[in-house]
Amino acid sequence: MSPITLILIAIGLGLAGWLAGRAKAWSFKKSEPETRPLARPTYHAWYVALWVVIPVLVFIVIWSLVAPQLVLQSVLASPAAAALPDIGFQREAWLSEARAVATGASPAVFNQSAAPLVEPFQQAISQYNLIGYVLTVLIAFGGGAWGFLRVRPDFHARTRVERTVMIVLLLASLVAILTTFGIVASLVFETVRFFGMVSPIDFLFGTFWGPDPMSNPDNPDGSRFGAIPLFWGTIFIGAIIAMIVAIPLGLMSAIYLTQYAAPAVRKWVKPALEILAGIPTVVYGYFAALTVAPAVRDLAVSVGISGASSESALAAGVVMGVMIIPFVSSMADDSMAAVPSAMRDGSLAMGATQSETIKRVLFPAALPGIVAGIMLAVSRAIGETMIVVMAAGASSNLTANPLDTMTTVTYQIVAMLTGEGSFDHPATLSAFALGFVLFLVTLVLNIIALRVVKRFREAYE
Amino acid sequence: MSSPETQTAGGPTRTDAFAKRLAKRYRAEKRFRAMGLGAILFSIAVLIFLLGNMLSNGVAGFQRAELTVPIDLAASGIVADEALLTSIDAVQRLEMQGLSAVVSAAAEAELGAEGAAQVDLDGWREVAAAIQSDPALLNGASEFDLATSTDLASGLAGEGSPEMQALAQQLSADGMLAKNWDWGFLTRSDATGPQKVGIWGALKGSMLTMIVTFLLAFPIGVLAALYLEEYAPKNRWTDFIEVSINNLAAVPSIIFGLLGLAVFLALFPNLRSAPLIGGMTLALMTMPVIVISGRNAIKAVPPSIRDGALAVGASPVQVVFHHVLPLALPGMLTGTIIGMARALGETAPLLLIGMRAFVATPPDGFTSPATVLPMQIFLWSDEIDRGFVERTSAAIIVLLLFLLLMNGLAIYLRNKFEKTW
Repeated sequence: MSPITLILIAIGLGLAGWLAGRAKAWSFKKSEPETRPLARPTYHAWYVALWVVIPVLVFIVIWSLVAPQLVLQSVLASPAAAALPDIGFQREAWLSEARAVATGASPAVFNQSAAPLVEPFQQAISQYNLIGYVLTVLIAFGGGAWGFLRVRPDFHARTRVERTVMIVLLLASLVAILTTFGIVASLVFETVRFFGMVSPIDFLFGTFWGPDPMSNPDNPDGSRFGAIPLFWGTIFIGAIIAMIVAIPLGLMSAIYLTQYAAPAVRKWVKPALEILAGIPTVVYGYFAALTVAPAVRDLAVSVGISGASSESALAAGVVMGVMIIPFVSSMADDSMAAVPSAMRDGSLAMGATQSETIKRVLFPAALPGIVAGIMLAVSRAIGETMIVVMAAGASSNLTANPLDTMTTVTYQIVAMLTGEGSFDHPATLSAFALGFVLFLVTLVLNIIALRVVKRFREAYE
Repeated sequence: MSSPETQTAGGPTRTDAFAKRLAKRYRAEKRFRAMGLGAILFSIAVLIFLLGNMLSNGVAGFQRAELTVPIDLAASGIVADEALLTSIDAVQRLEMQGLSAVVSAAAEAELGAEGAAQVDLDGWREVAAAIQSDPALLNGASEFDLATSTDLASGLAGEGSPEMQALAQQLSADGMLAKNWDWGFLTRSDATGPQKVGIWGALKGSMLTMIVTFLLAFPIGVLAALYLEEYAPKNRWTDFIEVSINNLAAVPSIIFGLLGLAVFLALFPNLRSAPLIGGMTLALMTMPVIVISGRNAIKAVPPSIRDGALAVGASPVQVVFHHVLPLALPGMLTGTIIGMARALGETAPLLLIGMRAFVATPPDGFTSPATVLPMQIFLWSDEIDRGFVERTSAAIIVLLLFLLLMNGLAIYLRNKFEKTW
């Protein structure tokens, strides 16, 4: 019994309730033509349908959580279960194997000891399936009958239906809060566990990063969890190299497009820049790793710098900068468009050239918005994962040489969570602590930037 | 801009120094303008270089080196009735009748022992698949294009060992070895060698994931946007909801992966790398984008529509669902498609929730192990073999085509339904 069948049943029964409710409401017109019902027939119909569907959906959710437990209980009560080992991994393995065969997920049991359990499983599953269907139909009829009996000419069906709609709308908007809460809760929970094993001082101020996922988890070496090199790598790649590329190019693109370009040029170039923003990061990562990184190394070697790495911070940073160009450009575009044209016209009327107007009037006036846009761009760059995973290195280096390998927070989150370590190991948990730091930093950057943008817009409105 | 006036006769200020200053200012103007143009040209050049790079590599990725071998199936004595060919283990039963031996014997007769050794070990499976789709092949002799080994493929590309290059040259001179269009790339799934991989498994995984994402993110996003824009009272709760949505839209995608790992995988541990979990994670990421674009679409509906409906006696819910929503829906759809396109290209969160497994069969449901297109690109990019470079670029082309299609649809919808009031 899959939830999808049950949901289809619920929809079917709801439709039946809808039709019944509407038919009853129409019949009022015939029986009492002079009294005017308080709601249109459609609302009576929806009222009955909601009484059918909502209880059934609640039941389906509860049932799909409870039913597997009930099935398991009845299998364990069967005589075949007496042969099961008392506790532990093997018991689980036998049970899940027998369940897989009984539901048809796998063709036959691999372990013969699980074979006698298949039949009790099949019986229990079909038994509880039947119970589930019967209960579904009963609940649907119960709810439907309750709703149906209340359908009368003097019943405010519309207000009831609309109240339900409002509750659904409110619940939908609460999902956002729930997500934020889920993120914060899961990050804080795992981070606290991590700091129970490794001191926060070691983590935040240590200068050597090299967690060993295979070491003894009970006695972690705090000196291997120093995250300073990761923070430095993240800032160097995302906030320095990428911004050196993205800020001038993005700003100049925005200035040219808004101030100089003919409308026809703008019409074609702007979407082209947006394509640059729409390319998936995995494609940029591939481009950085396969084309840009070897080119950077060859260039470094050809000008006589030996020891340049093929996984240089420079390659990852430059490609990330290119990815950010459209973002900076569109933010700058918005901020300059928000500057009143009277300021620009005044400057031009005084005889300033266009570039002088831009540099001395438009740009200073738009500066708060542009700075906020750059902050958002930085927050996007330091959270960027695929480019650094594919093109930056794994070894942490506390250096300012852009041709060296460098690792970042996001790289290490991926490395720690896709490795072999167990989930309770401090090396694995360190990923959550890194994620928490990343979350906090981007959150602060975003909040400040949004504030600045808001205040700046208000200033000119 | 008109040409500068530089004669000194114009008045007392028109001195030589003035003329020089003016010329300097105009030069600065030109320089500035050229810098702007340069920035644009740089971005466009990078875009063209990137796309061109992918295209030139990717075209080779849609091809593969194949050996042409005539096989006389009628003489091989293999019989197959309809029951055999429609059974699940048809390929195994054909193998038991000696199909693989027949294929390798035919390859040896045509190509010689050295050449036959370079036919892909699983080449007979493609013959079996061909027989399955067209049983009439068994009644005659026909030519089959069999995939070569990875070594011979790189030999044909002018790389690899000198022996393989020589063999490839000889075979292609005899017309038996060629690089052919490989339509199978679009129908096969992941495999161990670049000659045998395909994109269909990942594509199907992506589609299943996107369906889950859409079914969750679109209704929730639209309803939340309606609530916030039309009904929400101005209070602290509403502010809090708005702040969370704006922040969620800017949170790095990898954080959503951590959430999926800590919450969804803890709730459903046996659904690791299933499209259901991937879709749920991406839905949380897409929902804020839909809410923000949805609110802009609702804002664009003029208040007179609402006032008119209220004036003739509609209730607030009727106003929104009968009048505002239908008018705002095209704009909401545009935002949704753009959000979905971003989710389609997203890799990092899926990496964390374990969708990086080697999946050799296309997923057959929302709960079976799957991989997605960007993840397939990431996995292939880690392979050392030269053949995978081309295959990766081909997969990137497929991904970019899908993104182009989605964005094109969004632009079309915007142009068709956009109204200026």
